[in-house]
Amino acid sequence: MINSKEEKQKYSDMVDSMAPKSPIFSNCIKAFISGGLICILGQFINNMAQNYGLNSDDASLVTSVVLIFISAVLTGFGLYGKLGKFCGAGTIVPITGFANSMVSPAIEFKKEGMVFGLGAKMFIIAGPVIIYGVLSSIVVGFIYYLLG
Amino acid sequence: MDYVRAFIVGGLICVIGQILIDKTKLMSGRILVIFVIAGCILGGLGIYEALADFGGAGATVPLTGFGYNLAKGVMKEVDNNGLIGVLTGGLKASAGGISAAILFAFLASLVFEPKEK
Repeated sequence: MINSKEEKQKYSDMVDSMAPKSPIFSNCIKAFISGGLICILGQFINNMAQNYGLNSDDASLVTSVVLIFISAVLTGFGLYGKLGKFCGAGTIVPITGFANSMVSPAIEFKKEGMVFGLGAKMFIIAGPVIIYGVLSSIVVGFIYYLLG
Repeated sequence: MDYVRAFIVGGLICVIGQILIDKTKLMSGRILVIFVIAGCILGGLGIYEALADFGGAGATVPLTGFGYNLAKGVMKEVDNNGLIGVLTGGLKASAGGISAAILFAFLASLVFEPKEK
């Protein structure tokens, strides 16, 4: 058990000294390129959808759906995690990373049952994202209502 | 040209995430929560709209775009339905993405087995 502040600090120093030094600059380059490439793919899907005559809202929904699908397949084959080790935030921040955060625990915890395994663990990261996203949309909407 | 803009804007948003991860040791889940809230607030202020006009998918594919979508949806619903829209707009706008993610995650868990670590 860690109980005093001093011990916590000691522990944190120890973790710092043991953890591999993260070369932040090269991590940022990797994140920039991989994240940028995912967005180019998104732009391509979006342009295709608009060429088929979808309006811009529907086209961006189709873009999200296709990216989520691609991410689910890559995650299923265990490839998204491997990409993520190399790309860092470049594969976490795009919607594909959000999808990965649902697909990966769903597969991993299904043996713990359909309800408390698959069903509950699917939202282990997506849940907080949706909760705080919806709460902030309520705040934004309410202020907009008051001002409007 | 829109591909170049998407690459740059999307890449830069991911760099912000990378800096947060490296500098603050935040878990990726917290980064995603911060990004959604930030996108929603910037969307409410009308700032993210300009970024989305410029960067296209570069602004809408990162999770800040999900937050922006929530803000855009709730403001549209308030315009149409008044106070009720405050409660319905956000999830309505994000319903398609969330449902698709649930469906594909469920199907993937039926098709794939966990990988050995």
